[in-house]
Amino acid sequence: MTQALFGQLLVGLINGSFYALLSLGLAIIFGLLDVVNFAHGAQYMLGAYLAWMGLTWLGIGYWVALFAAPAAVGLLGMAVERLLLRRLRGLDNLYGLLLTFGLALVVEGLFRQGFGISGNGYPVPPQLAGAKNLGFMVLPIYRAWAVAVSLAVCFASWLVIEKTRLGSYLRAGTENPQVLQAFGVNVPLMFTVTYGFGAALAAFAGVVAAPVYQVTPTMGSQVIIVVFAVVVIGGMGSILGAIVTGLGLGLLEGLAKFFWPEVSATVVFVAMALVLLVRPAGLFGRQK
Amino acid sequence: MNRTRIPQLALALLAALPLAAAAAGVSDGVVKVGVLTDMTGAYSDLAGPGSVAAAQMAAEDFGGKVLGKPIVVISADHQNKADVASNVARRWFDQEQVDVVADLVSSSTALAVMPVAAQKKRITLLSGPGSDPITGDKCTAYNVHYTYDTYSLAHGTGSAVVQQGGKSWFFITADYVFGRTLEEDTASVVKSSGGKVLGAVRAPFPTADFSSYLLQAQSSGAQIVGLANAGADTVNSIKQAHEFGITPKQSLAGLLVFISDIHSLGLEASQGLYLTTAFYWDHDEESRKWAQRFFARTKKMPTMVHAGVYSEITHYLKAVQAAGTDDADAVMKKMKETPVNDFFARNGHIGADGLHRHDMYLARVKAPKDSKKPWDYYQILKTIPPEQAFPALAGSKCPLVKK
Repeated sequence: MTQALFGQLLVGLINGSFYALLSLGLAIIFGLLDVVNFAHGAQYMLGAYLAWMGLTWLGIGYWVALFAAPAAVGLLGMAVERLLLRRLRGLDNLYGLLLTFGLALVVEGLFRQGFGISGNGYPVPPQLAGAKNLGFMVLPIYRAWAVAVSLAVCFASWLVIEKTRLGSYLRAGTENPQVLQAFGVNVPLMFTVTYGFGAALAAFAGVVAAPVYQVTPTMGSQVIIVVFAVVVIGGMGSILGAIVTGLGLGLLEGLAKFFWPEVSATVVFVAMALVLLVRPAGLFGRQK
Repeated sequence: MNRTRIPQLALALLAALPLAAAAAGVSDGVVKVGVLTDMTGAYSDLAGPGSVAAAQMAAEDFGGKVLGKPIVVISADHQNKADVASNVARRWFDQEQVDVVADLVSSSTALAVMPVAAQKKRITLLSGPGSDPITGDKCTAYNVHYTYDTYSLAHGTGSAVVQQGGKSWFFITADYVFGRTLEEDTASVVKSSGGKVLGAVRAPFPTADFSSYLLQAQSSGAQIVGLANAGADTVNSIKQAHEFGITPKQSLAGLLVFISDIHSLGLEASQGLYLTTAFYWDHDEESRKWAQRFFARTKKMPTMVHAGVYSEITHYLKAVQAAGTDDADAVMKKMKETPVNDFFARNGHIGADGLHRHDMYLARVKAPKDSKKPWDYYQILKTIPPEQAFPALAGSKCPLVKK
């Protein structure tokens, strides 16, 4: 019983680190650009599909895809920011939400048309294949890698934003872009790059997810709702909040799957409702 | 002839005309088949555009004409929504002279269209849906449930796998009516065949990550992990079972698996899976010949739903031919009288409840090294005769069955 529970907690941690990685990009984009990026799920799906296309059509393996797919989606994200999202700056952030939501629907529809609904399988890279028996559970080696790389990327992003000079510009840009621009910083460029980075993070998560989940056109819209819940609980725009909440919700979900599997899909939203009742700005959010 | 009698004669003729049309020949000069299916949603690979292609093939192979009148195939997307399905069907019947609606993948759309069709005396030929009430208490006199039902899946896989030595079972079940029914049906078959059920876990629908449930299945020590789910849930649970090293130590039994699922998963992840199917393209010469023509058209091998659509429409057209009319009552009578034996169905017979009882097959997914050509996915372990695969007509809950 305790052994099984320990296994479930570890699985929860694995899923949690994945939630954290996905919510991170969303939190960064909201924090700096004030855009509710509903295209995040589509960008995640694009990352997974680019990895699959690279492998199937060009023979490009997992390790290259891990960098190439996020770079490509990042560039695409920058184009979207430069050509579309920028025009909405200063308007209510509902407009940004609608634009990104629309983009997500278009991209998902195109992939449905092109690849069908059942999607495609992406194999686990041979270096990470197999599973290890830990005594209390069998741990696939790929999952251990997924946790490690997700947490490393989360920590690195947090470090850059909270502890470096570049990060301080970014944070200043959220507070008061006009003043920052007066100091000679190219704020519009900074926003473009930030959106691109957020999109690249989503695509990175997509590549990491590809060997675990079936690569399908709808994989993004399935996960985006939980990820939004994570960001809302953590406090919209709080990077630390996204990471901590992602892990916490993964654990909570893991416990639910063990004790009461039927409610495991709901428990995240119950937690969200409770948190919002007590702290309307989220756990780590600031009241504006 | 007295000129004043001509109008009276004309009137009498006019009054007799509709009656005459109903009794013989083809009404409104065309036999129109409407394929109503899921064109872009969750079932669009297993049914969808492939079903439309199969229907067109059936019409072309029949020569494009029946009783000298053209056969026309039209199609629409029901989006898996019951209200959309019944609205389209109503429009087809009232304004577009559709004689027969085919496919209707997903049970809710089938159950919504069946009463509309029965009321207007038009025929429904179901290939995609599986729900048992279609030929149970919700049966209609103008419906044929052609390809498979949940009973045949549960009984095929449940009893055959126990006979193959898979005695102890654990279920991973999608937590909604379909999943629970499938689990209960299969569990009772497993028990009555001499196996035992060690446990079950109900996963919310839909679920992307099955690792927790798979760990529970793993620690149960059951020989067989039954997957009482469908579509993306099945695909993800099979893929992750492979990742967690459940297979090949334990075997998976998929309770609703289509060849399109296996194709998208790949053999590496799905090898060793037991499943029940109504059709496999590489079964014999006839099925191969048809499947290759389907492939040339769609670039995919047919699922059992696609093959079922072709076969049911062909059976319908033959019945129209034999009855000499497209009148629904006469055609239904002919369809039920005539046994079905073609590339799809062996020993097929349509009962008073509308259920088409025919051979089903227990299959096992091949290992990658045993697969010699593209789409070489299944090894057929066993042919399940109709009386074992389908519920007996005598026990039917359908009010049309005379007791």
